[in-house]
Amino acid sequence: MSVAAAAGGSQGLWFVSRASGLVLLVLFSAVIVLGVSTRLGSAPRGWPRFVLAELHRTLALFLVAFLALHIVTAILDPFVSIGWAAMVLPFTSSYRTLAIGLGTLAVDLGGAVLVTSLLRRRLGFRAWRAVHWLAYLAWPAAFAHSLTAGGDLGIWWVALIEWGSAAAVATAVLARLIAAIRHTAPAGQPSAGYERITPREPAHR
Amino acid sequence: MSAGTRLRVDPIACDGRRLCAEVLPELITLDDWGFPIIRDVDMPDHLLDEAREAVRLCPKLALRLDGPRAP
Amino acid sequence: MRITDSFQRLARPESTQVPDCLPRLLPAGLPAGPAGLAGHLARYGPPPSPGVDRRRREGLIEEVERSGLTGRGGAGFPTARKLATVAAGHAPVVVANGTEGEPASAKDKVLLARSPHLVLDGAVLAAEMVGAGEAIVVVHHSVRDVVDDAAAERRHAGSGRIRIKIMTGADRFVGGEASALVHWIERGIPTPTSRPPRISERGLGGRPTLVQNVETLAHLALIARYGASWFRAVGTPQEPGSMLVTILGAVNHPGVHEIAIGTPVQQVLSAAGGASAPLQALLLGGYFGKWVGAEAAATRPFSSAALAALGAGPGAGLIAALPGDACGLVETARVVRYLADESAGQCGPCRYGLDAIAGELQRLTEGRTSDLSTLRRWLGQIDGRGACHLPDGVTGLIRSALDLFGPELEQHAQGWCCATRTPSVLPVPLRKQR
Repeated sequence: MSVAAAAGGSQGLWFVSRASGLVLLVLFSAVIVLGVSTRLGSAPRGWPRFVLAELHRTLALFLVAFLALHIVTAILDPFVSIGWAAMVLPFTSSYRTLAIGLGTLAVDLGGAVLVTSLLRRRLGFRAWRAVHWLAYLAWPAAFAHSLTAGGDLGIWWVALIEWGSAAAVATAVLARLIAAIRHTAPAGQPSAGYERITPREPAHR
Repeated sequence: MSAGTRLRVDPIACDGRRLCAEVLPELITLDDWGFPIIRDVDMPDHLLDEAREAVRLCPKLALRLDGPRAP
Repeated sequence: MRITDSFQRLARPESTQVPDCLPRLLPAGLPAGPAGLAGHLARYGPPPSPGVDRRRREGLIEEVERSGLTGRGGAGFPTARKLATVAAGHAPVVVANGTEGEPASAKDKVLLARSPHLVLDGAVLAAEMVGAGEAIVVVHHSVRDVVDDAAAERRHAGSGRIRIKIMTGADRFVGGEASALVHWIERGIPTPTSRPPRISERGLGGRPTLVQNVETLAHLALIARYGASWFRAVGTPQEPGSMLVTILGAVNHPGVHEIAIGTPVQQVLSAAGGASAPLQALLLGGYFGKWVGAEAAATRPFSSAALAALGAGPGAGLIAALPGDACGLVETARVVRYLADESAGQCGPCRYGLDAIAGELQRLTEGRTSDLSTLRRWLGQIDGRGACHLPDGVTGLIRSALDLFGPELEQHAQGWCCATRTPSVLPVPLRKQR
């Protein structure tokens, strides 16, 4: 294989890795926003909560697929030495230890969230929820990884994706915090915006 | 009729999240405070899948199917 | 009284005189304080002890079944069936329920204050019958000292095989519910917990748990001594035995009395000195009970079967006499407000529904609304939808009030109430800061 071809192949791997990384950031941010929306019941009209819940779950599974792509292309790339161990053990990559390590951390935390969600019924609600909070740690790790390991912020639309995702997640987290402090979630009393899902029986005279 | 199979809610776990009523309006209505009122009838065969969906979707794991056709 | 044959083996030969008239549980007359151990043994004789012999234990349970004893906590569940279920399990435990969270009821407190040894006998016997090594007796704080003293007396006299532990109950209305009691013992939180599984299969510490009202255990202690036939000598064939009744309201001597089940209501009231004023209605059973008209109820026997025709029941053994110059609506509204505040707050329909209903009832009594449709819709929505029976008890109470106090409703809608009595009839504790 000529050097140029090898360089081209490696370029390809690196490109796919970075592109899938961006897609992952968008997916992960969407998953967080959807998760918070299901919990708080805030959604555009016509979006039943179960649709939000299902979308949250479906996108999370897509995320796993893209994650596989992202990790494999990065590790297979001959120009950077990351090593397979760095897939699960944080801060063990010789190439940009911190940046890659943050990504590994995100994978570890997110992986715990995913596994407990798949085994939710067996674990029971309390155990499931305790681990699910880790998602709020996994996202910042992923975001920091995207800034340090990706670093294409000079390109305008990459910067847009990065800061747009951050803004969306920050808004969702803020809303979640406010609801927790004010105990307004879940809706347990008739509220102005409450849509009747089923028709009201006729009032008795 | 899936004789003897009933959908039941644990009222302590239930938080009034309302996903179940969206998925199974034939059997689940909401009271004035957003909590599910489940009709106490045997599960009709054609609703069994939706019932399993509702059980799976409940964020608080408050729903369960009791009876011979329960998963 | 003939002691049944199966009992010849268990009863000690020197057993004393069998009490052949009422009262059975409470000391006769008005003693100054609780019956001490010596007095208790002199009156009733020593309790039989089946020990660890399985056949003897089962024989005792059969005797309880023959006696027809049912729970005296309000639910009326056949005691022998509960004993058998728990006895079938592994490493069971016995819990005696003397918390009496119902503010209007005093029978359990009086029983514990006057005959603590009878209750402790019953707890120990129940433990032996089901094969438990421990009995936990949870009592209202006002009688804790008396029960502690009685337990200490027994220890000094030579404690038996069964460990007795005395605890104070939480001062909550729902704290007396079986799963709430177990929750209180385990974790100090007096709220009901999700069921299944049933307490009799998996309760305290995951073990089969027998939760029994203290009065039921007192009856048990006497059945074990004197047999089923003796127990059935009073009462009705379907509902045998005696029961403790709290009588309050417009009677001359409110208090706790022991009656034979099936005694006509009028006679029960005369045990309390009779009505002190013309009566309009009676609250039967407790705050989960029902209002009935005074005249309609007067001749009826005080039993489940007879009162069912009026839509009511003896419940936890309570009769509150409402005089003509009081207002049943106002009394009900106060009680419902108290019950709504006592909600554990775990179940949506109870937490929000009872609060809404209490508010609506208040508006009705204040004449700010006369439309019953919202109230009736809410009653229908919360019925049976809690983890415990608080919602059902309240709906039953309110529906009976709406049925009986129709004329009062109309008066209140027009803005006036005919009641001239100021102090309330039904006791409601002051709201506590939580």
